[in-house]
Amino acid sequence: MSVGPTFSLDLVSDVRELLAFPFMVNALQAASIVAVLAAVVGWYMVLRRQSFAGHTLSVMAFPGATGAALAGLPTAVGYYLACGLAALAIGRTGHSGRRRFATESAAIGTVQATGLALGFLFLSLNRSVLGGMETFLFGTFLGVSHDQVLTLLVVAVLALGAVAAIGRPLLFASVDPEVALARGVPVALLDVSFLLILGLAVAATSQITGVLLVFTLLVAPPAAAQLITAQPVAGLLLSVAFALAVAWLGLGVAYFSIYPVGFWITMFAFGLYVSVRIGRWALARRRRP
Amino acid sequence: MTVPAGTAVTLESGGRSGDVAVALRGAAVTLGGQTVFSNVDLEVRRGEFVAVLGPNGAGKSTLMRTILGLVPLSAGSVRVLGHEPSETRSEIGYLPQRRSFDSETRIRGVDLVRLGLEGGRWGLPLAVTAGARARRRIERERVEEVISLAGAAAYATRPIGELSGGEQQRLLIAQALVRRPAVLILDEPLDSLDLPNQAIVAALVQRVCAVQGVAVLLVAHDVNPLLGYLDRVIYLAGGKALAGPVQEVITGPKLSELYGARIEVLRTSDGRLVVVGSPEAPHHHGHRH
Repeated sequence: MSVGPTFSLDLVSDVRELLAFPFMVNALQAASIVAVLAAVVGWYMVLRRQSFAGHTLSVMAFPGATGAALAGLPTAVGYYLACGLAALAIGRTGHSGRRRFATESAAIGTVQATGLALGFLFLSLNRSVLGGMETFLFGTFLGVSHDQVLTLLVVAVLALGAVAAIGRPLLFASVDPEVALARGVPVALLDVSFLLILGLAVAATSQITGVLLVFTLLVAPPAAAQLITAQPVAGLLLSVAFALAVAWLGLGVAYFSIYPVGFWITMFAFGLYVSVRIGRWALARRRRP
Repeated sequence: MTVPAGTAVTLESGGRSGDVAVALRGAAVTLGGQTVFSNVDLEVRRGEFVAVLGPNGAGKSTLMRTILGLVPLSAGSVRVLGHEPSETRSEIGYLPQRRSFDSETRIRGVDLVRLGLEGGRWGLPLAVTAGARARRRIERERVEEVISLAGAAAYATRPIGELSGGEQQRLLIAQALVRRPAVLILDEPLDSLDLPNQAIVAALVQRVCAVQGVAVLLVAHDVNPLLGYLDRVIYLAGGKALAGPVQEVITGPKLSELYGARIEVLRTSDGRLVVVGSPEAPHHHGHRH
C-alpha cells in the first residue's frame, strides 16, 4: 500500500475524492440497498421480538458458505439454502398464541447450535475456506462488483415487495395474534413467510456485508426508531433513515481510516442506539422529577 | 377526537335489535378426549347483554372460541346470524382473554384500533383514486368515533404498553367495535381492572349494546360488577350450562343442581351476590381486592 487517503476539513472535497473511485461508488450503492432492506425487515423483526431468530439466520451463512465450498457450489447458493432451510426449521415449530415467541427460542437455539456445528465440520473437511473467515464475518464491502450490486437490488426489491404485500396483516399478526387469528388472518402462514423474507434478506446482504454487519443493520436502527416513535409509518421511515446514515458514515470513515468498514458501521449503530436510550431515559426523568 | 366519553355519537345500529345473533343447539365440545361441555343451548339476540359465568376450567373461553369458529363442535350446532361461524368472522368483534401489553410494546392505541379495521387487508395502504381517499377518510373518522365512544381519546396516541390496564382495555374494546360487529365477544375484560374501572367498562359495554344493537357475550369471573347492566347470564359448571335472568340462575337450588353439590347464594345488603360452597376453591362471586 502506498500513501493512504488523507482526511481534510473540506468535507465537500473529501466526498468528491471518495466518489472518484468506482469501487467506492459500488460500495455506497450496495450499502444503501442493504441499509433500506435491513431497516424495513428489521423493523418488523424488532417489533416481533425475533432478534434471536434473526441472529440465528445470519449465523446460518457460516454453514451455508463452508458447505457450498465443500460441495463445490457457488457460495451464494449455500447462503440462500442455509438461511431458507433454517427459516423453515424455525417456522415449523409453529407455536401460535401469546407464548409462541417464548417457546420458539429453544428451537432457535437448537437450530443455531446445529448450524454452527455443521459449519465447523465443513470447515475442517475443507481447510481452503479458512482464509475467508474475516471476509465472512466482516464482509467484502470494498470489493463489491457492479453485478453484485444489481443482484442485491433484485433481491431487495423482491423482499421489500413481499413485505409491502403482507405489511398490514403481518403487523396485525405481530402485535395482536389472537385477534388477528379470530379475524381470519393466516397467522401461522405469516409467521413462516416473515422468517423466509428475513432469511432472504440476511442471505443476500451477508454475502457483502458479512454476518456481523447484517445483524447490526437489522437490529440497531429499527430498535432506535421504535424507541423514538410508536407510529408504524414514522418508525419505518426513521429506521431507514438511521440505517442509511449509519451505513454511509461507516463507509466514509472507513475510507479514511485503517479499520474495516464493518467495525465502523457497527460502532456508529451502537452509538446511535445508546444515545437514543440515554435520551429517552433523560426525557423520562425530566417528566417525573 | 373532541367528543367526550359517553356522548351518543351518531351510530346507526347494524340491524334490527331482537334478531337472533348467536344460537347454539345441543352444542358439545371434546378436547383431547375430555368433554368440556355438552348439551348447551343458548340464544342471544341483538341488543342483548349476556354474561358467561362459571368456575375456572368450566369451558367459558372454549364456548366463546366455538362461537368464533376456532374450536370445532363434537355435537350440536352453532349459528352466528344464521350462518356457520367461519362465514361470519367479520361480524364478530373479539377481545381475547389476555395479559395486558407490556411496556415494551411500541405501537400506539390508535394503530391497534385501526388494525381491527384494516389489519386483514393485503397490499400497501395507498389511496390513489378519489374513491379510495374517501374511504380512507371515512375509516379514519370511524376509528376516532369508536375511540371516543370508548372514552379513550385522551391517550389513544400514546404507546399501548405505557397505558394502565383500564386504558388498554378500553382501547381493545374500541378495536373490537370498530367494524360495527353484530356480535361482541369479550373474554374476561374486567379481570385485571380495579373496581372503578370495572364499573366504567361494564357501563361502556351496556351502552354499546343498547346504542349499536350488538349482541354481547361477556365472560366474567365475578357477576357483581355487572349486576346493574346485564340482561341474562349463562352459567357453565360441571360440563352443563344454565341460562336465564340473574335472579333465576344464581340461586342456591339451581347452582346446586348444576354443580351436583350443595351451593348457597347469599345476598349482601347492597345487593351483591356471594356463592358459597362451590367445589372449586378459587371460585367465588365475592368482592375481589
